Amino acid sequence: MATPNVPLWEVFIRSRNGLAHKHVGSLHAADATLALQAARDIYTRRGEGLSIWVVPSNAITASDPSEKGMMFEPAESKIYRHPTFYDVPDEVGHM
Amino acid sequence: MYTQALNSSDGDDRGVEDVARASQFQARIDADERIEPNDWMPAAYRKTLTRQISQHAHSEIVGMLPEGNWITRAPSLRRKAALLAKVQDECGHGLYLYAAAETLGTSREELVDAMLSGKAKYSSIFNYPTLTWADIGTIGWLVDGAAIMNQIPLCRCSYGPYARAMIRVCKEESFHQRQGFEIMVTLCRGTAEQKAMAQNALDRWWWPVLMMFGPPDQVSQHSDTSTKWKIKRFSNDELRQKFIDATVPQAEFLGLTIPDPGMKQNENGNWVHSPIDWDEFKQVLAGNGPCNRDRLAARRKAHEEGAWVREAAAAYAEKRKSRQLAQAAE
Repeated sequence: MATPNVPLWEVFIRSRNGLAHKHVGSLHAADATLALQAARDIYTRRGEGLSIWVVPSNAITASDPSEKGMMFEPAESKIYRHPTFYDVPDEVGHM
Repeated sequence: MYTQALNSSDGDDRGVEDVARASQFQARIDADERIEPNDWMPAAYRKTLTRQISQHAHSEIVGMLPEGNWITRAPSLRRKAALLAKVQDECGHGLYLYAAAETLGTSREELVDAMLSGKAKYSSIFNYPTLTWADIGTIGWLVDGAAIMNQIPLCRCSYGPYARAMIRVCKEESFHQRQGFEIMVTLCRGTAEQKAMAQNALDRWWWPVLMMFGPPDQVSQHSDTSTKWKIKRFSNDELRQKFIDATVPQAEFLGLTIPDPGMKQNENGNWVHSPIDWDEFKQVLAGNGPCNRDRLAARRKAHEEGAWVREAAAAYAEKRKSRQLAQAAE
């Protein structure tokens, strides 16, 4: 008999204060408490973190990679959003 | 390596479904772009990777057994703590890898069931017994040493989740190799009896470790496409050679003799080994190694004995969920 599926969680870890939580991987656990404990054992065996978030994988809505052209085009065509687009006379120095 | 069964053919499944998309895909690979889970990929790429990553995961999990055999009999508390940590790492490696394999669309449960039913393979090396404490040193030194040779190039594999898992694994693997070598150094500096134990372990593990790299290049069937897809960056023979060249001076340092009297250094400085007994390798992969039946039986037993824990955890999660729903409704 096939083993029944256990929910999937995404794990985010803050490696030190001042840094954002970063995605480190995923794991299976029956509930949030077990997910946190498993995340500690799987992803922080060598002091990699000060704080852990676990999020049910099915709670994440992701953009579609095949539509990334359309999705991100508005930013690509607006080079005037970058400081390097603008000329500052050399005499002005650092700005 | 940990995925040797890839070298056996399962018939021609490499028909390309969409020529235009496949060539776009190949262009991305050629440009050294990483492929991510939701990207389009040829079915054969998905299948090859699912097999390779899951076999690698199974190897990590089964690999806990030969070493777990010595946890209760480690010669000191220091050695015992280190061995426990190492075996726990192997479990962690298995889990990172299952998670990476799952991103390709097969659930961990299916992957694990394929291993337990004997359908999926794991590395031949874990079907050899650990007879003495020196075997634990030798496994760390040679088996993990060989694994590192294989896994470092995998950190640059074209499939993002596999490459990322390998980066974590490689960081941890270095501890494994060093703790093994330290055991060997201690034994080799010990009594004559201890040194003989170290030599005996090397004698038994040397050839099986060389087999870990898989069949010689001229008979390896999956290498071409894996190379084209940048899953594999070095051939079996290249990695085996690198490993031997790195290991010979270490054995010399220990004062141990590599059990290959015919081994010679060529003009390039590479050590050329005598022919490998590929029949033994085939037998072990086919299930007839010294411990194949034991290993599978131990995995099945652990899986079955853990069933009530999984059921209880699921029942508890379900109960809490319905209680929360009922409270919210009040």
